[in-house]
Amino acid sequence: MNGPDILARLTERFDAGVLASHGEPGDDALLVSLAALPEVLRFCRDDAALRFDMLMDLTAVDYLTYPGREEAPRFEVVYHLYSVPHNHRVRIKAGVEEDDPVVPTAVPLWPIANWLEREVWDMFGLRFAEHPDLRRLLLYEQFEGHPLRKDYPVSRRQPLIGPRN
Amino acid sequence: MGLADFFTTKLDAALGWARKYSIFQYPFVTACCGMEYMATACSHYDVDRFGAGLPRFSPRQADVLFVVGTISHKMAPVLRRVYDQMTEPKWVVAFGVCTCTGGFYDNYATVQGIDTILPVDVYIPGCPPRPESVLDGLMKLQDKIAAGRQRY
Repeated sequence: MNGPDILARLTERFDAGVLASHGEPGDDALLVSLAALPEVLRFCRDDAALRFDMLMDLTAVDYLTYPGREEAPRFEVVYHLYSVPHNHRVRIKAGVEEDDPVVPTAVPLWPIANWLEREVWDMFGLRFAEHPDLRRLLLYEQFEGHPLRKDYPVSRRQPLIGPRN
Repeated sequence: MGLADFFTTKLDAALGWARKYSIFQYPFVTACCGMEYMATACSHYDVDRFGAGLPRFSPRQADVLFVVGTISHKMAPVLRRVYDQMTEPKWVVAFGVCTCTGGFYDNYATVQGIDTILPVDVYIPGCPPRPESVLDGLMKLQDKIAAGRQRY
């Protein structure tokens, strides 16, 4: 399937859950509501015409200071999906509110989500509900805060040994 | 001046000469500077000319700790432990600007200069340093080893 067909199929299936879509060749993205996200991901993986059997990347964006997004949720989780049998791609995005940043886990769908979600927790502080082992992935346990959040001070260091420079 | 003083001075000089030409390095290679380190160590530039041709991959057999590449705060206790395991006499070379000052990694993850956690003898700046500057640093280290007071 090409990009517009993928977006059309998902929009048709999840009419209420789809908030926006964006299509450019090779860069097709769908913004869905957080409530609809688990079903959208499951449909993407299991539908015969889509068959997104590979989670290429799972990451997040902090839009804290982004112009024009004052009303929108602060965070977005982004899923990059790829289908090996069909050789097509799509991005699924969902907004996450700041006061309760909880996202349903994708580990039952794609096992690689385990470490990707741990990295997002480490860097952005988004919790993944029912994740089997939500610990920091890259940073050390003593680290406080989440460094890729826009309100993490640029000059804040948390050394394990040595002076606090 | 007694005989013993004269004798000690000459022994110092002899030991310094021996030590500066038998540098057993421990390469602590964490990042891209490692490529330049390998280029320097191989036959084209040949650190064996300076008696530094045999890296030891155990800190207990090494004299000089070459810290080659960015050190993160998570890695810092490991580096400190490697340094503590080396036997005296020992020296430390900061290879590349990341180990000297943190380089352009002015962020939450990177140690801003390994001299905040270790005593450093020679700094070799550059991103990465050319093999010529590595050899220059190595010769400066040799001068320092030879000129210093020898403990035995």
